[in-house]
Amino acid sequence: MEGIPKYQVFPLGENALIFDFGSEISVELNKLVNSLARAIDRNPFPGFIECAPGYSSLTIFYDLFMVKRKFRTALTAFEIAKRLTEIELQKLENQPEIKTITKEIPVSFKAGNAPDLDFVARSNSLDQEEVIEIFLSKSYRVFMLGFLPGFAYMGELDSRIATPRKQDPRTVVTKGSVGIAGNQTGIYPHESPGGWQIIGRTRLELFDPSKEPATFFDAGNIVKFVKG
Amino acid sequence: MGIIIQKAGVLDTIQDLGRTGSRKSGINPNGVMDRNALRLINILLGNPESEGAIEMHFPASEFVFKSEKTFALGGANFEAALQKEPLNRWKIYSAKKGDVLTFRRRVNGNRCYLAVAGGLEIEKWLGSKSTNLVAQIGGYKGRKLMKGDTLGFRIVGKSKNAADHLQIARTLFPRFAKHLVLRITAGAEYMRLTAKSELAFFEQTFNITNDSNRMGYRLESAPLYLLNDAEILSTAVNLGTIQLLPNGQIVVLMADHQTTGGYPRIAHIVETDLSKLAQCGPGDSLSFELVSQQEAETIREDYERDLSFLRVGVKFRSGKL
Repeated sequence: MEGIPKYQVFPLGENALIFDFGSEISVELNKLVNSLARAIDRNPFPGFIECAPGYSSLTIFYDLFMVKRKFRTALTAFEIAKRLTEIELQKLENQPEIKTITKEIPVSFKAGNAPDLDFVARSNSLDQEEVIEIFLSKSYRVFMLGFLPGFAYMGELDSRIATPRKQDPRTVVTKGSVGIAGNQTGIYPHESPGGWQIIGRTRLELFDPSKEPATFFDAGNIVKFVKG
Repeated sequence: MGIIIQKAGVLDTIQDLGRTGSRKSGINPNGVMDRNALRLINILLGNPESEGAIEMHFPASEFVFKSEKTFALGGANFEAALQKEPLNRWKIYSAKKGDVLTFRRRVNGNRCYLAVAGGLEIEKWLGSKSTNLVAQIGGYKGRKLMKGDTLGFRIVGKSKNAADHLQIARTLFPRFAKHLVLRITAGAEYMRLTAKSELAFFEQTFNITNDSNRMGYRLESAPLYLLNDAEILSTAVNLGTIQLLPNGQIVVLMADHQTTGGYPRIAHIVETDLSKLAQCGPGDSLSFELVSQQEAETIREDYERDLSFLRVGVKFRSGKL
């Protein structure tokens, strides 16, 4: 990336801050955010707790006493943590890219597993087979994990099958359900309430607490869906 | 050795101060709703402040001690009794083998804590004893406590670290109220409130609705509006984040909140005030007072200083100082 893109920094309560690089889904910004998270994880400042990388923002949680104890200044812990993060950000250029890992996900599109496939097809003036074909025709990037343990936000969908969330979210979405929300796709690792349009289901276990890590996906993974 | 659940409560789980380090995997911290209450009773018992305890809602479980144990109760007043003898909160007690602990009536508050000297024998998952009900992991078998469950004690009998007759300073003593004024700091989208809504935010009373639980509190008031409805991308949220929903109502994120959210974050409740909110429930009401980031940090530092005095007092009483 050429230089550091513009950003804004906000507090997220008294123990966290957000570096916000913009509100767009961009592979470049997502790579930057994840590189910055890795850099801080490798070289944590005193009081650092954890990073939570988003699409194009990085949230950093810290212990405000630990942050303030180390630096004798009238600055708030927020101002200190912001400067410490900026130091890492400025060192980021010329970082080697990390190797991308591609993961294949078998999906069943049978009627019982795909309650919203018909709706997605009709609202895009396609038939169901076309939706499946377009969905399988490309691979997707895991931009971030959130919402539920192990839930990966992936994108971007072909605009021909992008569909808004359901007006009335379901109270129960079956574990393994593959959903669409706008131009994002994702898989429910647990049974949960949810508003994404469900077009299929995978039998793959995406969350296994006995494993380290417990989650199947990592930000930056490339995902290829196949019929199965 | 341990404590057995003789009758199950409505929602009693093992919680500590929460699980950090895994937000990036979508694993949220969980933990107790009333952090101050847990820290206070753990300090009294001579435990590490983050030691896990039983968080109870009303009706709470009925317990039988299978062995002698030093314990303390904190948080809500559920009219606790040991062998039918009334118990106070924020005080150290000793149970004998076979003693029955009951909770008869919800007098005030919404969450009561039972901690034992030395802590409960619970395996940690990702560094924490907190229960994650969605992923069904952590705490006791990843679920709420049920009849017949037995929780072990990490150490036998009484603890030498507990401060038997110590009285908690009044400033630390939580007081419950039907109406609370909570201090907040501005969130990333605060500036997007219309001028009218910004003022209304600090003038209105917000009622806590029935749709309020460990995940979050939905509040009800005249709707608030943003200058523009530009969507924000899903991004991290925090314990105490106040989100503005599309219908103009607000929700406060509590201990079981999801790690990310896509609604505008208009404010954040300061952490020490969140414990007060954790003891409120449907029918109670709130209003908000804006403080600067600097003030929020100072409020927190003052509270921590008070706690450190208590910690020294406990050590003194237990003869460790």
